[in-house]
Amino acid sequence: MTGRHPYLLLVLARMRELMREPEVVFWVFIFPILLAVGLGVAFRNKPTDEIAVGVVAAAGSDRVAGALSPDHGFRVVTVSTEEAAKLLRLGKVALVVVPGTSYEYRYDPTRPDSVLARLKVHDALERAAGRGDPVEVRETLVTEPGARYIDFLIPGLLGMNIMSGGMWGVGFLLVDMRSRRLLKRLIATPMRRADFLGAIMTSRMILVFSEMALLLFFGWLVFHLVIQGSLFTITVLAALGAFVFAGLGLLVASRTARIETASGLMNLVMLPMFVCSGIFFSPDRFPAAVQPLIKALPLTALNDALRATILEGATLPSQSGRILLMLAWGLASFAVALKIFRWN
Amino acid sequence: MDIAIRCRDLRKVYEGKPPVEAVRGLDLEVRTGECFGILGPNGAGKTTTVEILEGILQATGGEVEVLGLRWGRNDRALRERIGVSLQETRLADKLTVEETLELFGSFYKKGRPAAEVMAEVGLTEKRKSWVVKLSGGQRQRLAVACALVSDPDLLFLDEPTTGLDPQSRRQIWDLVRDLRRRGRTILLTTHYMDEAERLCDRVAVVDYGRVIALGTPSELIASLKGEHVVEFAVNGDGRMPAPQTLLDLPSVRSVRPESDGILLTVGEPHVAIPALLDRLGREGKTLSRLVTRHAGLEDVFVALTGRHLRDE
Repeated sequence: MTGRHPYLLLVLARMRELMREPEVVFWVFIFPILLAVGLGVAFRNKPTDEIAVGVVAAAGSDRVAGALSPDHGFRVVTVSTEEAAKLLRLGKVALVVVPGTSYEYRYDPTRPDSVLARLKVHDALERAAGRGDPVEVRETLVTEPGARYIDFLIPGLLGMNIMSGGMWGVGFLLVDMRSRRLLKRLIATPMRRADFLGAIMTSRMILVFSEMALLLFFGWLVFHLVIQGSLFTITVLAALGAFVFAGLGLLVASRTARIETASGLMNLVMLPMFVCSGIFFSPDRFPAAVQPLIKALPLTALNDALRATILEGATLPSQSGRILLMLAWGLASFAVALKIFRWN
Repeated sequence: MDIAIRCRDLRKVYEGKPPVEAVRGLDLEVRTGECFGILGPNGAGKTTTVEILEGILQATGGEVEVLGLRWGRNDRALRERIGVSLQETRLADKLTVEETLELFGSFYKKGRPAAEVMAEVGLTEKRKSWVVKLSGGQRQRLAVACALVSDPDLLFLDEPTTGLDPQSRRQIWDLVRDLRRRGRTILLTTHYMDEAERLCDRVAVVDYGRVIALGTPSELIASLKGEHVVEFAVNGDGRMPAPQTLLDLPSVRSVRPESDGILLTVGEPHVAIPALLDRLGREGKTLSRLVTRHAGLEDVFVALTGRHLRDE
């Protein structure tokens, strides 16, 4: 007697195998952090850039340049007409001002920075010419954690990792075991199939919880992410997500004999969710006609729920619709998968 | 005498287009304590038969009784008492030998300690090595070890030495002989006749899903009515003697034309060979090759089917 329960040894074996696989450690723990850092830096919220303005050298160009002072965020270059056209085309300046008895603004109305430059330049020039401001305004500046891109991104990355981890960690694993005849070997022993599947689920949960903790901790430490909801709610949602995607992974693996087929199937299942379910950008950008379809995807429900909890402090009862949708996906996948699963 | 495995009129059809009849009415009786071999070419239905006996596949028809129990009724009890080594199983790459054996041991009520089994198959030194780092022979010994953790009453070894180098094959043979000596019942399949001759108390020769001969290796060889084989070829093309004219040589029991010569089974080579040389000399033919050897199971298979075991 080894004295230990087969379920525990199966979990232990699974965790050992995972930790001995450098790729797994990278994809599960390092990749999401790298993504968060990369995207968080690229899309960081920063004060509006200085506005580059080209002024065509002519009579009055000094007066124009003088009105657009660096103190108000302008950077002015005085150049020839041809040079100005070139700078505008290359995007080095947002707007070209041609001085004269009347001013001419040259800019591309489809470039947001040009439109902004036009407003600001016009305002500055009018004011320099003596326009008064009849209405008095007061400004309160607000830049709060919670509304930044990184705040949107971290719950999405968590959802993404739960999906791909579940699909690969269960689907790929089982197809690999089948193709090496290891599944067949295992069912020739008195091993309980419930122990086997339970151990796979357990190891998934351990992984999901560790990557969740890591990503949230990292977001808090580096990006000052503020978690509004309770950790308990987030944990329940992550576990539910792990359950759903383990079920889908099991379904994909239920009859597939070849690794290549399994990879193709899994990508086919995951790709629509990668694009539509709001990992990197909000699904609201898609046309209204497809919104019901997008809302029915399990990853959309998971991402929405994680975001609502982390960013807005939503509770479990307040999002019972999303939870029921995920439960339905998970139960249906498990039911079908276990019915058609081929052990040999 | 105790019977470990009994199967009657076993049939297995794989569905498909067209359906494949892998086993077509196979009868088998394996006695307790013997090492029983199923010998046949690739595709003869050996693995299908064994996997039905192991409870992995379901038979299409026929009766199977293993250790007095039946699949479908006493599955759990049966799985506790058998040990299985499948053809070409690739165990988890990144578990160590010891971890693999502890895991398999945990599945059984009376699973043996990993250390004991490792010592039995000579893998103690490799206990901390990952499976992926083992040689082919070591992996095969680990596969056998996984079958031994249950302390099985009946051990199935499907093609235990296929693809191994000669030294690793000999190590596996030593292991099987050792197990046999300690009274385990073993059913092994092989398409190597030397393996069957060396290891098995009795052999069933299987072809196209049926048993075509059954007996101890020496009984089967004796059924050729000549224990020796003489192979020869003559110089020059198309000048071989007509095979049937050689049947009247003394002590020659049978004659077979081969692609590269003629094969005789003979009772007493020292009588048959001088007569053969004399005959060839009179016909003006000179030998290019002459080989004599003891007859083996390969010759039995050829005599029964007209094909070689490894023609496929």
